[in-house]
Amino acid sequence: MKKIKDIWQGAEACAYGAMKAGLDFFAGYPITPSTEIAEYLSAMMPKKGKTFIQMEDEIASIVALAGASMAGAKAMTSTSGPGYSLMQEGIGYACMVEAPLVVCNVMRGGPSTGLPTKVSQGDVMQSRWGTHGDHPAIAISPSSVQEMYSMTIEAFNLAEQYRTPVTLLTDETITHMREKIEIDPDKDPPLVRRLCPTCRENYLPYGTFVDDVPVIANLGDGYGTSVTGLSHHDDGFQTADYSISRALIERLSRKVEKHSKEIFDIEVWNEKASIMLVCYGITSRSVKALLARNKECGGGLDIGMVRLKTLFPIHEETLWNSLAHAKHIMVPELNLGQIVHEVKRIVGHQIPVSLISKTGGELINPDELCEEVVKINHAR
Amino acid sequence: MKKNKIKIHKLRCKSCGICVSFCPKKVLAQDESQRLYVLDPSECIGCNICSQVCPDFAIEVIQENEEN
Amino acid sequence: MQGEQYLNPKRIPTIWCPGCGNGIVVHAMMTALDKLSVPSEDVIFVSGIGCSSRTATYAACDNIHTLHGRALPVATAIKLVRPDKKVIVMSGDGDSLAIGGNHLIHAARRNIDLTLIIFNNSIYGMTGGQVSPLTPSGKRGTTAPYGSIEEQFDTVKLLEGAGASYIARSGVSFFQPTVKYMKNAVSHNGFAVVEVITQCPIYYGRMNKHKSPAEMMQWQKENMVSLEKAEKMTEEERSSKILMGEFVCKEKPSYIEKRASMFKELCK
Repeated sequence: MKKIKDIWQGAEACAYGAMKAGLDFFAGYPITPSTEIAEYLSAMMPKKGKTFIQMEDEIASIVALAGASMAGAKAMTSTSGPGYSLMQEGIGYACMVEAPLVVCNVMRGGPSTGLPTKVSQGDVMQSRWGTHGDHPAIAISPSSVQEMYSMTIEAFNLAEQYRTPVTLLTDETITHMREKIEIDPDKDPPLVRRLCPTCRENYLPYGTFVDDVPVIANLGDGYGTSVTGLSHHDDGFQTADYSISRALIERLSRKVEKHSKEIFDIEVWNEKASIMLVCYGITSRSVKALLARNKECGGGLDIGMVRLKTLFPIHEETLWNSLAHAKHIMVPELNLGQIVHEVKRIVGHQIPVSLISKTGGELINPDELCEEVVKINHAR
Repeated sequence: MKKNKIKIHKLRCKSCGICVSFCPKKVLAQDESQRLYVLDPSECIGCNICSQVCPDFAIEVIQENEEN
Repeated sequence: MQGEQYLNPKRIPTIWCPGCGNGIVVHAMMTALDKLSVPSEDVIFVSGIGCSSRTATYAACDNIHTLHGRALPVATAIKLVRPDKKVIVMSGDGDSLAIGGNHLIHAARRNIDLTLIIFNNSIYGMTGGQVSPLTPSGKRGTTAPYGSIEEQFDTVKLLEGAGASYIARSGVSFFQPTVKYMKNAVSHNGFAVVEVITQCPIYYGRMNKHKSPAEMMQWQKENMVSLEKAEKMTEEERSSKILMGEFVCKEKPSYIEKRASMFKELCK
């Protein structure tokens, strides 16, 4: 791959990142505002002998990903709110059978058909708890076209590393906007691929683990791999046994949670500031604009930012350390309050946390943010 | 004369009685507790229907060579 | 038993009720594979949810037991990743025609190279006897205690309209024809379906006054007729019978073939 310095759309950067990550299989269904990602890939993939397929709906798309993944492919789909809702059962299936895959969810206004062409951050908790039952969740949140590229690669790496579905939780604005991107292939992270067994003797699909992640042969390799969404034994056969089922459910979450420190990534500006804004995705662009303007104006406001590049899992100690100096924490979100509850849970017992909420399909502009910050500043 | 051996996998048989009903020569039967047994192996014509209608892979008809 | 090598002996006996016909369908499939001399490493079984969908887990081949109704899109993806393998979907009437109905018609439309076996027992067995899209009108289920007032699908016509290139129907009382259709389906290029009528003696049988599994199978013997025989019957005689045989068998480019030529064209 060559060096690139250009103006790209977020969707294009995502598609390019997926190709860079080694995407083998894409299945999807058209839905605004994610469709451009599928369109870009439908043009790029066949030229490399990779499969792009438009399925009959999102349910078919997500389970196709699980199938392709269990047969050894790096698999991805892109969707938005209503499609993400339809995919939830399949995401749970992927968690249970431990199929690495990437779901790019481009958030739009909800609930229901809502605001198809407008931005929102309403699916944050769905990316954590959308499917039923206890399960692991990894969700990462890009805030620029550049990150639509780099985080797509990261999403594949995390999926392959932990054999679990990963949500690239982006939004309408980041996906549709065009801005500068620079790609230097030498600076891309190394690609991760799941481990596969090499010995057929005594092979059990869920019997060998490296750091709680099973070493499963790909379907089609003829190892006699058996896969089910039912609670299962080490041989992949269903069981309702209490201790086996309990150990399985606990391991599924543990394999991700115990690495939350490595997975959880944040960007901190002015970490000693008394008012800290905790933000993610497109909203962090408004926060950065406010911070830049404040600096230009001589820094009248003592404000800083913690941007969550990872939404789940949250490493609580890391988040706490980044906010420990704050006197007040503000969480701007394009919803009625979702990640704010996580922040309150982690630091709220010592530091006051307030929400800056906006819904209805529009962004929080830096002036609005400024007003809210000034109010808090005066109150203090 | 062709001789056939009927092998019943006792651990697989669920005593549904389908084979008993379908055997054209009434070679198979069930006892009072519905357990399957071979009533008269000499009557077996080796048609293999019992094996084909068995839902539990529990019956095998082994056709022995004529010279044996 | 012929085809024993395709079964995982550790997982047998099956969970199926005594007299359930599902095992006969499985036996026919394993026999067909044996007759075709397909190595078990070259077969991947895919299934959804339901009694018949447990089949995949009994195979000594790679197998994947998926979600209710979703076997076909999973199988489609597996075939696209591993076109060198025989991908066989074992599904029930509720799994493939109710919750999975959309996937069924689209798999047929794509003519994707899969074999689909529909175990038609006219009922939801796993959940305890509710009516399905293949419950004959007037028959009872636990959710239609006064008899179903809905019409059932004609699987053959539905699939033909949707574009499947091989469609056959058989019954568990007709072992040899079933094996023959399965062999043809597995060897077929494109989307191949065999509907096999089987019995659920415990739920469907009891609710619809069938005395025993054997009686249900004898009923099938008397009420299913081959296409050849049916031709000689009057319209009236035919209307009360279930037709069996190979209804559609045509050559047309499969999805895998079309993808291969697209790749070849683009990668020139």
